[in-house]
Amino acid sequence: MTPLQTCLLISALLFSVGFAGAVTRRHAILVLIGIELMLNAANLNLIAFWRFGAHPESLNGFIFALFSMALAAAEAAVGLALVIAIYRHKKTSNLDEMKELKG
Amino acid sequence: MSPFFIITAVVTLFGAVLAMSLRNLVHCALAMAIAFAGVAALFLQLGAEFVGFAQILIYIGAIAILIVFAILLTRSGESPDKSVLTSGWWAGIAVTAMVFTILGWAVLSSSAVPKELPAAPAATVKNVGDLLMTKFVLPLEIVALVLTAAMIGAVLIALKEDNKDNAGGQP
Repeated sequence: MTPLQTCLLISALLFSVGFAGAVTRRHAILVLIGIELMLNAANLNLIAFWRFGAHPESLNGFIFALFSMALAAAEAAVGLALVIAIYRHKKTSNLDEMKELKG
Repeated sequence: MSPFFIITAVVTLFGAVLAMSLRNLVHCALAMAIAFAGVAALFLQLGAEFVGFAQILIYIGAIAILIVFAILLTRSGESPDKSVLTSGWWAGIAVTAMVFTILGWAVLSSSAVPKELPAAPAATVKNVGDLLMTKFVLPLEIVALVLTAAMIGAVLIALKEDNKDNAGGQP
């Protein structure tokens, strides 16, 4: 197994763990933590492809990882603000009880 | 891959699994910080020093603290008595298993993987700063705009509502 494949497998495992948490846990904040783990796995992929790819001197994957980190920070801020607003409105952060839009 | 890289990866995955499986949310946030630190160590070993230190600053310094604040503001710091899983959790596990199977199969069977290791590129802070100010200056400005908009939006969403809204028939 080449180093690139090792990195990709590690990030696939990290993504799967984050995805499993995001779709199975009941608390809204844990879903956000799962999304953060998935974004981290994507960043690990970007860095691995930059390091072991064809033209590492152009630094494209490196810069891409930096930008995706900034967007992850924005996503976390808005997501947690939404969780707090919903908690203030409904006094719960249990995802099973948020079903106003259910048909 | 060096044994140290594998050990770091195992610690990272262990932290991630703990963060997704513990019952107490504060413990989950701590395990998540371990996973983020492990990813930062992986970045450092891959030669991406700047991204590694940015990961430590942004994720462990900002996002972990933000999540702890949200946990305490929503008063969910203690362990729940009921189940922590959603009602359809088995379907989620099944989809996760399928996703990982497909990802692993694609990674292991791909022919696009280069066989030889390229020389370590020089990702010094000077190079990164040069690129951010010349080739990537437009994305940098757009990200600045997105961050400003997200900050204003987060403050507006989490702002306390006025009482006069409740007088208008809102329950």
